[in-house]
Amino acid sequence: MWFAVLAGAAGCYLLKFIGSAVPAHYLEQVTVKKITLLLPISLLSALVAVQTLAASQTLVVDARLPALAMSAVALRFKAPFIVVVIISAATAAALRHFGLAN
Amino acid sequence: MSEAALDWISARSEIVRNALSIGFAVAMYGLSFGALGTTTGFTIAQTMALSLLMFTGASQFTLVSTIASGGTAITAVLASWLMGTRNTAYSMRMTPILQARGPERFVAVQLTIDESTAMGLAQDETAFQGRASRLAFWATGLSVYILWNTSTYIGAVSVSAIGDPKAFGLDAAIAAGLFALVWPQIKSRLELSVALGGALVALCLTPIVPPGIPVLAAATVAIIIGWVTTRNDA
Repeated sequence: MWFAVLAGAAGCYLLKFIGSAVPAHYLEQVTVKKITLLLPISLLSALVAVQTLAASQTLVVDARLPALAMSAVALRFKAPFIVVVIISAATAAALRHFGLAN
Repeated sequence: MSEAALDWISARSEIVRNALSIGFAVAMYGLSFGALGTTTGFTIAQTMALSLLMFTGASQFTLVSTIASGGTAITAVLASWLMGTRNTAYSMRMTPILQARGPERFVAVQLTIDESTAMGLAQDETAFQGRASRLAFWATGLSVYILWNTSTYIGAVSVSAIGDPKAFGLDAAIAAGLFALVWPQIKSRLELSVALGGALVALCLTPIVPPGIPVLAAATVAIIIGWVTTRNDA
């Protein structure tokens, strides 16, 4: 486990560092600019999807999906970050407490 | 006192206030990270090391969730690196604004995350000779660093006391936190298609490949769409 922790941390620091050392002219290339803009969007969306619907290697619908739907509603009404997170947690916790979802 | 000096004082306090509220908002997330870390089987020291040394939420969650869902250490490390690549883009953008020198530069690099970059870029770059952008970055980075680590510790040590994090909906809180971070980045149909495409690729691959890989594979959606759309624009 320490291997994963330290190798992961070292790599993540290096990735941050590389960005500070990249020559400016390279960054101005249109394609590079566009891809670096879109990359976090596809990765984060994928992670949200997996964290909501995946249980190891199977796809399941449980309390997480209605919780995410509620957080979407909160975001739609421009709720602050912490409110969005609390609404999601409360939805999942309530559904599980009353035995309405896993 | 001159008008400009007074303007700076009020701008400064607003920046610091926002930086602190972002820090407290992120702390909720840190709490669930701490809890997830120790429930997954990481020790308190390992969970803390992730928050102190890795200090980039998405990578930390990816690493821990990959292990939690049965992935290998190597897959978890690679997935955390891939999640960390957006920080490369952030530091590319922030470095010329920050103009940090010497040891300060290495600290700035570590503090380069979603929140500090977003706050730094939310200011007018020319305001107060760039002082507003720099203060917003540093205040947010430091506020998040301190509160993220404090809340990770609280989450990590209190998890056995509070019981199953799922009963408190902490797993759903993690997804909602990431969702709230990606939400403001979707400004047009282009970003929306990238987001939906990434999610779809990951879900389709989930039953087929080991945990961690589906999220890695979603990167191809951004690369292909980014490449094709710039080629068509040219």
